[in-house]
Amino acid sequence: MAPITFVVNGKSRTVTDAPDTPLLWVLRDSLGLTGTKFGCGIAQCGACTVHLDGVATRSCVTPVAAVAGKRVTTIEGLSANRSHRVQKAWIAEDVPQCGYCQSGQLMAAAALLATNPHPSDADIDAAMTNICRCGTYQRIRAAIHRAAQEA
Amino acid sequence: MSTPTQVTRRAFLETAGAAGAGLVISFYLPSGLRFRSPTAGPFAPNAWLRIGEDESVLVIVDRSEMGQGVTTALPMLLAEELEADWSRIRIEFAPADKAYTNPMFGMQGTGGSTSVRAAYTPLRKAGAAARELLVAAAAQTWGVEKAECRAERGAVVHARSKRRLTYGKLVTKAATLGAPPDVPLKDPKDWKILGTRVRRLDTPPKVDGSAQFGIDVKVPGMLVAVVARSPVFGGKVTSFDAAKAKAVPGVRQVVQISSGVAVVADGYWPAKKGRDALAVTWDEGPTASVSSATIAQLFGQRAEQAGAVARHAGDPDGTLGSAPAKVDAVYDLPFLAHATMEPMNCTAHVRADGVDIWAPTQFQTGAQGFGAKIGGVTPDKVKVHTTYLGGGFGRRFELDFIQEALETSKAVGAPVKVIWSREDDIRNAQYRPANHHRMRAGLDANGQPVAWTHRIVAPSIMARVFPDTVKNGLDEEAVEGGVGMPYAIPNVHVDYLLTDTGIPVGFWRSVNNSYNAFAVESFIDELAHAAKKDPYEYRRDLLGKAPRHLGALNLAASKAGWGTAPPAGRARGIAVYKSFESYVAEVAEVSVASDGAVKVHRVVCAVDCGPVVNPSIVEAQMESAIVYGLTAALYGEIAIEGGRVKQSNFHDYQMLRLAEMPKVEVYIVPSTDAQGGVGEPGTPPIAPAVANAIFAATGKRIRKLPIGKVV
Repeated sequence: MAPITFVVNGKSRTVTDAPDTPLLWVLRDSLGLTGTKFGCGIAQCGACTVHLDGVATRSCVTPVAAVAGKRVTTIEGLSANRSHRVQKAWIAEDVPQCGYCQSGQLMAAAALLATNPHPSDADIDAAMTNICRCGTYQRIRAAIHRAAQEA
Repeated sequence: MSTPTQVTRRAFLETAGAAGAGLVISFYLPSGLRFRSPTAGPFAPNAWLRIGEDESVLVIVDRSEMGQGVTTALPMLLAEELEADWSRIRIEFAPADKAYTNPMFGMQGTGGSTSVRAAYTPLRKAGAAARELLVAAAAQTWGVEKAECRAERGAVVHARSKRRLTYGKLVTKAATLGAPPDVPLKDPKDWKILGTRVRRLDTPPKVDGSAQFGIDVKVPGMLVAVVARSPVFGGKVTSFDAAKAKAVPGVRQVVQISSGVAVVADGYWPAKKGRDALAVTWDEGPTASVSSATIAQLFGQRAEQAGAVARHAGDPDGTLGSAPAKVDAVYDLPFLAHATMEPMNCTAHVRADGVDIWAPTQFQTGAQGFGAKIGGVTPDKVKVHTTYLGGGFGRRFELDFIQEALETSKAVGAPVKVIWSREDDIRNAQYRPANHHRMRAGLDANGQPVAWTHRIVAPSIMARVFPDTVKNGLDEEAVEGGVGMPYAIPNVHVDYLLTDTGIPVGFWRSVNNSYNAFAVESFIDELAHAAKKDPYEYRRDLLGKAPRHLGALNLAASKAGWGTAPPAGRARGIAVYKSFESYVAEVAEVSVASDGAVKVHRVVCAVDCGPVVNPSIVEAQMESAIVYGLTAALYGEIAIEGGRVKQSNFHDYQMLRLAEMPKVEVYIVPSTDAQGGVGEPGTPPIAPAVANAIFAATGKRIRKLPIGKVV
């Protein structure tokens, strides 16, 4: 396969996966970045959310060919030592239960706050469409408000 | 009611772990000797604890963490009596070993909301015994009386001489001392950790992507498999053509296994593409003619017959015949899938000398049993490595995904990770049984119920997993909560018609309680309205002999402002239900739009679970169980057509999302009564509370789930 080069968490990476391979599986299987999760494969649940040039993107339906030359940030690259304000807020509110969806939730929340530093409840409703089967939504909302206050 | 239930579940688990050495024991303190490092390793006074010279305190967590908080709650039990420095606590998941038997099951497994209840005494005793050894080691070191020393925050202190030694300095000596006699436990008034809002230990790795779930496992030489399974339940492979699958770059092998055909590749994507390219011919078998319509017809026919009697008191038929008022209702509930966020997966390596299994499993000794059987080795040669579970809800008590990984690894001679797609998950589960209820009641001239009959028609989970527990057609788990109907009614009849549909059924968060709660708590609401009484007061007046139901009911009603006007456009509904020895009442505040769309604005929950280990986790579990049950009530339906599941993914098996999340308030009833579980008991009351609120809002009675739109 022709090599595809893009930037992941600040480092240039070149992969040789088939061009139709979703970015999700390139991250997980080829680059060993397993913090980004597989939940549905059809962009419904958001467990696979990463930042593509800063925009929250569902990597399970993003072919790797489409990210050539672009900048990808995964949960592993969100901060060093869990220091991003959403991570600190998530810890303060004890948000996660099983935790499987939380990488995607955090990436969605970080992208929201980057463009809207003080989101209203309605803004949060509109932006946070990721599924959580443990029902941590109430704590996610509280954590986003907390993170916004720390900005 | 609880006693036979526990017996049947325990019996199931003993047998289900085919090769497991099931020990039923109420309490014992397993020796740590077998777990001690052969070198001069850490202090391992029992199976759950290792303290290192570096002051590390490692707690071996022998239940699976699927979100319910065991990685925090279980160490809290141990740390309280150990007088540990909480900041030093680290956790590791236990291997499969009889030392880690769940004493409420007789097998090593996590379910039935048992984790804290089962560990409550053993783990505190383990911590107390270890503390006594450390105190004795310090007393010997100093040449003072043990009684003059005390433990606090990871150290032993001798107040008189102001000497202090941390646990790490004492472990070498402590490891040479014999086990102390039975050590008394602390008075709860002296607790420092238990009962407090300790933050979860598993949060940090869950906010930076480092928590390892089963799907994240990577071992050297590992291949990834995706399996083609029969689209119809019970179907078999007739033949297959692997040519197109093998043409996909990255596909290595295509092998037949008992559940279908496994496409084995370098990674998930080529395996999935290979599976999609595979041509399989199936013998669909007899279930191909089953549909939701034929199942409804079957349930209706069965309901005309007399069932296996589960509860009988007085003369319900005679009383019904002469009662001045009668109420009849029929309720229908669908099959439900678990839809854990992490799709099913397992990594296995079957070798001649042993088997390794890495799995997000709720059932370690079951996995070990399959490993031994498929690997052709003794169970001690099967190592089960439990990862974090991306949701469990009962689905991960099943062993189908583990069996697939074992068989595929054996066939290809390499470590294999089997990954299910979401569609595989929705279409190949063991579903919460669909069920049908026929209920009748007689009211006296004052509207008080004098007779109650409840006929339950449903497939039986126990009949699938352990048929011997079903006696004379009665599955005692299937009638839980129907039999336990708590209202003071003198004439009662509850019976059950075990009705197989060909669709596999299994444990789903709160299991059969999820449907019996809906029938019982909807019907009592119907009786209250027929009697022209307030539904809360009607329940309250019938719960005189059920004080814990009543306590939860009263607290929820009071916190919800029952009796005051709800915000404009909203109405309230209430339900109370006991399951897993906990008592939960919920009040839902609901509005129904002109197009029939239901919005749940607020849920007030009161729970009596006995002594509380961590209130924050109890609250989180109630929030979680409410969302789980509300999702099912509003949207959940697995429909069958041609023996196949019609739904496939989250676009047609809809989940509640953040924008629809009601404000949930949880209140804990202060209680020193018998301890109950918290993982499941919040689920059963929510569907009837919402349905009852819809009735209050619209006058339309919901007798069929899911609710969808109210038209």
